[in-house]
Amino acid sequence: MQLLNTIVAGFKEIWAHKARSLLTMLGIVLGVASLVGMSALIKGMENGMKESMIAMGGADKVLIREEDVPPDQEHLADQAPGRTMYDVIGLRESAPLLRLVSPEMRVNGAMITRGDKATWPSECVGVWPAVLEMNLHTMGHGRFFSDIDEEEARAVCVIGTGIRDELFGSPEEVGHEIIPIGETIQIRGQPFTIVGMLTHYESEEERREREARANAPKQEQAGPQRRRGWGRGNWAFWRKNTTVYMPLNTSYIRFRAAGDRDGIPDWRLSDIDIKVRDMGVLEPALQQARNVMMVSHRGIEDFTFQTQENNLDQINTQIRNTRISGGTIAGISLLVGGIGIMNIMLASINERIREIGIRKAVGASGFAIFSQVLVESLVIALLGAAAGVVASYGMVWLLAHITPTGNLPVITPFALIVAVCFSAFVGVVAGLFPGLKAARLNPIEALRYE
Amino acid sequence: MALVELRNVSKIYHLGGEEIRALDDVSLDIDEGEFISIIGPSGSGKSTLMHILGCLDSPSHGSIRLDGTMIQSATTRQLATIRNRKIGFVFQFFNLLPKLSVLQNVELPMVYSGISGRQRRERAMAALEQVDMANRCKHRPSQLSGGQQQRTAIARALVNNPRIIFADEPTGNLDTHTGEAILDLFRHLSTEGRTIVLVTHDPEIAAVTPRRIEIRDGKIAEKLDLTLAGLSPKGARVPHEAGGAETQGS
Repeated sequence: MQLLNTIVAGFKEIWAHKARSLLTMLGIVLGVASLVGMSALIKGMENGMKESMIAMGGADKVLIREEDVPPDQEHLADQAPGRTMYDVIGLRESAPLLRLVSPEMRVNGAMITRGDKATWPSECVGVWPAVLEMNLHTMGHGRFFSDIDEEEARAVCVIGTGIRDELFGSPEEVGHEIIPIGETIQIRGQPFTIVGMLTHYESEEERREREARANAPKQEQAGPQRRRGWGRGNWAFWRKNTTVYMPLNTSYIRFRAAGDRDGIPDWRLSDIDIKVRDMGVLEPALQQARNVMMVSHRGIEDFTFQTQENNLDQINTQIRNTRISGGTIAGISLLVGGIGIMNIMLASINERIREIGIRKAVGASGFAIFSQVLVESLVIALLGAAAGVVASYGMVWLLAHITPTGNLPVITPFALIVAVCFSAFVGVVAGLFPGLKAARLNPIEALRYE
Repeated sequence: MALVELRNVSKIYHLGGEEIRALDDVSLDIDEGEFISIIGPSGSGKSTLMHILGCLDSPSHGSIRLDGTMIQSATTRQLATIRNRKIGFVFQFFNLLPKLSVLQNVELPMVYSGISGRQRRERAMAALEQVDMANRCKHRPSQLSGGQQQRTAIARALVNNPRIIFADEPTGNLDTHTGEAILDLFRHLSTEGRTIVLVTHDPEIAAVTPRRIEIRDGKIAEKLDLTLAGLSPKGARVPHEAGGAETQGS
């Protein structure tokens, strides 16, 4: 009952100074909006990163990386064999805890041309068919390599849609989808026949945008056609779409056997990726793989395992850091809003010293005065927070339109709750000092105050 | 037992190392139902006395008993409750809250005693009727004349049924005619059995009350200055029911 009266009195006081209260609230509104907006951006980033994670081959993919030998093997460094097919065969035959072993041999400086068009793929590698499952690829058209292709090192390749877009034209430009199966392209000057094409990979958001563009009336483009640069879309998807695969033997025989490094054949692999049978046996599986490779490397430990867990940790660290820095900035702006409230409350009780004196004379206790100031401050903060929640939706909408190809910001209920609670806290803290000051006023002096 | 008992009360202020005795060893009794004035020139300590009697201030030395409660040892919170329940104030400058209506102003003391909204309104209306202001209950103080504002203030002082009402120069800001009307109102309230303390520097106003106390230099004057008290030399104290004040007021 008492509290209700106090709240009503607080609202009346705010209503009596509309402009002033509104300006004061604005601080909180902006603070809440930036806090929620910030967290929405980060949430969007997180979603995008998770999508990319899957695009890069899933969480159970483990990369075997080349690494400098440990210090106690420094004298053996020049005998380090690097990652070779010995490792791959050994892992496949002797490490039963591994489900999949996928060797990759990169073709360096692979420019791909067709007629007067040229493009550089994100990766042009010789692989085994295991790569499909390893990198979570899906065949869109045609077929993958057969054992005969591998055996005879045939000049065949499988391309991603990005390569097709560059060399043959994208569906958006041409108006219909070109399926270049059977066509011939040049890889570093050597003719290759396209036997298959992977499906088009894109994030949820890119798909939505593409469909929106397809539905929108086509605009006449003035000037020369612009190239699609790095900045477009999600990096992980772009990378996956501009892949060129060829049989492992083909890459070795056609690009490496005749002398890749100063005439010496280079049979080292550029990558070995493995997948374990089950994430639960990750540790023993890696130990097994290590044992096998220690044998094939004659005890020289010039390799290391990079799990996506490390990657995931990295992503999480990155998100946490962004969250902390963003949250701090938004929190500071909320605090500034709180200081605004405190300022106004101090000014307001200075104006009302006489009123406080009168209230005390008719029997208001210090606590009653204190709680009135506190409630007023809290009401300003909460009204500001409510407006801020509305404003944050506007802000996120704006952000989504300013950065159309970025990750779509997502407002989480948790962020809203945190922002509102924090502004309530700020409101209470901002009311404490003015409230105490008002409560401690001497009624006689307050009554005499002009 | 008197309603108010002051025993050897002193109030000492310290101003820049200098000691100022605003009240010096004052003892005083006020009985229930008395209509009493405290007179004295400005700076005599009469306001300090009223503040201490009205629980707005606490004495440096001495003891006060109000309606059986010892005041000098009460906490500020207890003092607030006593002011709320047992004391009503009427001020020279009315001291109404400008943002509230007349009715809300009168309701104010009851807000702090936690009385429900409906009861508050009923009692505030009753108090306003007593001072003949019920028809103005929706007005703002700024829309009222000085006399009307003071009536509202009196209604506010009455509304919680206090044991004692203090009026600090209640006519000081009013013209003579309106001031007399306000004094009449106090006199009327006195006949209803209210205990009223009138603080003034004006002997003519003090003459309204049957009992007068003169404060000089922080002390109760031993002998009443009869001319200052506005009395004929016949008697220092006029019986309450005799209506002596009325004859002298006219």
